[in-house]
Amino acid sequence: MIRFLTRRRGNWTDWLSWGWMIFGTLAMFVPVLWLVLSSFKTQSALQEFPPSLWPTGQKQIVVTGYDKPLPVFTVPLPDGGTAERAMVRRIGIELQVIDPAVPDAPLRRVKLAEAVPVRELHFAIENYLEPLEKFSFGRYLSNSLIVTITATAITLLINAMCAFALSKYEFRGRNGIFIFIVSTLMIPITVILVPAFLVVTQLNLGNSLWGVILPPAATPTGVFLLRQYMLTIPDELMDAARMDHASEWRLFWRIVLPLAAPALAVLTIFSIVWRWNDFLWPLIVLNREDVFTLQLGLASFQGELQTQWHYLLAMTVVTLVPVSVVFAFLQKYITTGIASSGMK
Amino acid sequence: MRAALARLIDWPFEALQRALGAARMPYVFVLPNLLVFGIFVVLPMLLNIWYATTSGAELMPGQRPFTGLANFAELLDCGNYLNVASCRQDRFWRSVDNTLWFVAFQVITMVVLSLITALVLNRKMALRGFFRAVFFYPVLLSPVVVALIWKWILQPDGVLNAILVANGGQRVPFLLDPSWSFFWTVVVSVWAHMGFYVLILLAGLQAIPPDLYEAAAMDGTPQWRVFWRITLPLLMPNMAVVLVLGLIRAVQAFDEIYVLTGGGPGTATQYIVQYIYETAFAGQVHIMGLAAAASMLVGGVLLVLTLLQLLASARAKQ
Repeated sequence: MIRFLTRRRGNWTDWLSWGWMIFGTLAMFVPVLWLVLSSFKTQSALQEFPPSLWPTGQKQIVVTGYDKPLPVFTVPLPDGGTAERAMVRRIGIELQVIDPAVPDAPLRRVKLAEAVPVRELHFAIENYLEPLEKFSFGRYLSNSLIVTITATAITLLINAMCAFALSKYEFRGRNGIFIFIVSTLMIPITVILVPAFLVVTQLNLGNSLWGVILPPAATPTGVFLLRQYMLTIPDELMDAARMDHASEWRLFWRIVLPLAAPALAVLTIFSIVWRWNDFLWPLIVLNREDVFTLQLGLASFQGELQTQWHYLLAMTVVTLVPVSVVFAFLQKYITTGIASSGMK
Repeated sequence: MRAALARLIDWPFEALQRALGAARMPYVFVLPNLLVFGIFVVLPMLLNIWYATTSGAELMPGQRPFTGLANFAELLDCGNYLNVASCRQDRFWRSVDNTLWFVAFQVITMVVLSLITALVLNRKMALRGFFRAVFFYPVLLSPVVVALIWKWILQPDGVLNAILVANGGQRVPFLLDPSWSFFWTVVVSVWAHMGFYVLILLAGLQAIPPDLYEAAAMDGTPQWRVFWRITLPLLMPNMAVVLVLGLIRAVQAFDEIYVLTGGGPGTATQYIVQYIYETAFAGQVHIMGLAAAASMLVGGVLLVLTLLQLLASARAKQ
């Protein structure tokens, strides 16, 4: 104990630990930050090599007498100095510029090679706004929201009902059902892609959001998690309510469900993240563009529009925002939830 | 209003209880979950066997001629198992080969890095909660977002090439070169998933009784010996879980890689799930039988791994 207390502060393992943590923080966040910064650059700024760190664009200025804002250049003056001038038009290799302070003065001619564009911090908000009009981006967004919200609601309800029966009743087949559900915990969608697709098309759910929502709704993880939690809720509460002639459904809905709120919260977070991020299953079920979710929209967009990175980056940022918000507010819940249940 | 709504939900279930009796209500509660489960998981599992043993391009099971084990025979038909090109389904074997390499590199890198990170996070240091969250953040990102983040960094005019050029290097077409492309699928996949494994290992480390460390400190045992003799043996059950879960996930790697490289250049980063997906859904002809047979082979491998996982977690509980 004395050795432990008198241990020299700041030994090499401490430095190494800090080094690794800082490296890790940079490695995890910098790629995402770079995406966010890049998403605010204009299309032309994105094509620069080497790229600039901050989103910059050419400064523009409104000059009286001209309808549109004019781009600003630094141009040499006859006296040898330089000044900022607004470009009115370009003729061949020459620019016609004007002093923004003196809009009535005659235009001056400057060689293109001598004029340097003035750059300033410029956030290209249009990257975020234009995809809403030009592409079905709003559609993808609403499809993703519908899928995430509906699927999470259904998952919570049917998983909780199942967990309730498995934890609060003695009935024939109970253990069999439980073991059966848990044993399929590890069956990945990959193994049943072809026949699952058949079932979905036979039920007329192909190219429908229900085809994405329903199949993964009966999650074994959810049933397992909720059952374990409901087992800790004392049965006496239910017995007391039975005395008052409450129906079994009321016991579930009014007593057990509210008490299972912490476990339901964990499952809600997981379900939202699963559904928002889901890719392979929607990829198979949804082939028509009007039913695409955000993830499918993004993936197909990057295939078609290799050059339109400015839209693609902005849409990627929009896609990662909800998950990042969930993360920022609930990270403690999530990390402890995973550590204790070992699930994702 | 709320009470009225609640009564509206209560009513059908209370009517059911009157009709069936309270003793049958548990079955009503498990029914919706089992129904969804049966239709979309169990039924497909059974159908998969039928698909794997029939051939043709028909989706309807009744119209597919039974061919026994022909699909499996075709997948496994190789002149020489050490030479992928000698196989009848060389795309299958190439993706198996790629997957094996990928699994080996990805799992080893991830386990080592997760272990280092968990060990550091287990120390009493400032900002521990923050750092724990940092490593977990990419786990929540969608595979498509992960792929696009890295695609943007790795593209020929991307920031990584800018850094290379600024330091006097040459531009590298990272995603157009087979070896680099493979390398980056491993890196990106480790980046996206390691936070999850860090948490599992950290939970294991925190379960090690502190008095063991105190006793070792009392005896003046050097740090590395403490690690080999106390930490690592007691962490073994969690290590096993991480290893097996990592293997199961790595065998199924698809989403990020499909968006990042599309399996390319050529077939350099085409892994087994992409083979199944493309054989069944993406090609000109949809060869459902081969895809189902391949998925059953993958399922067999995963089953073995899952049994290992159950064994490992049973030991972890003890």
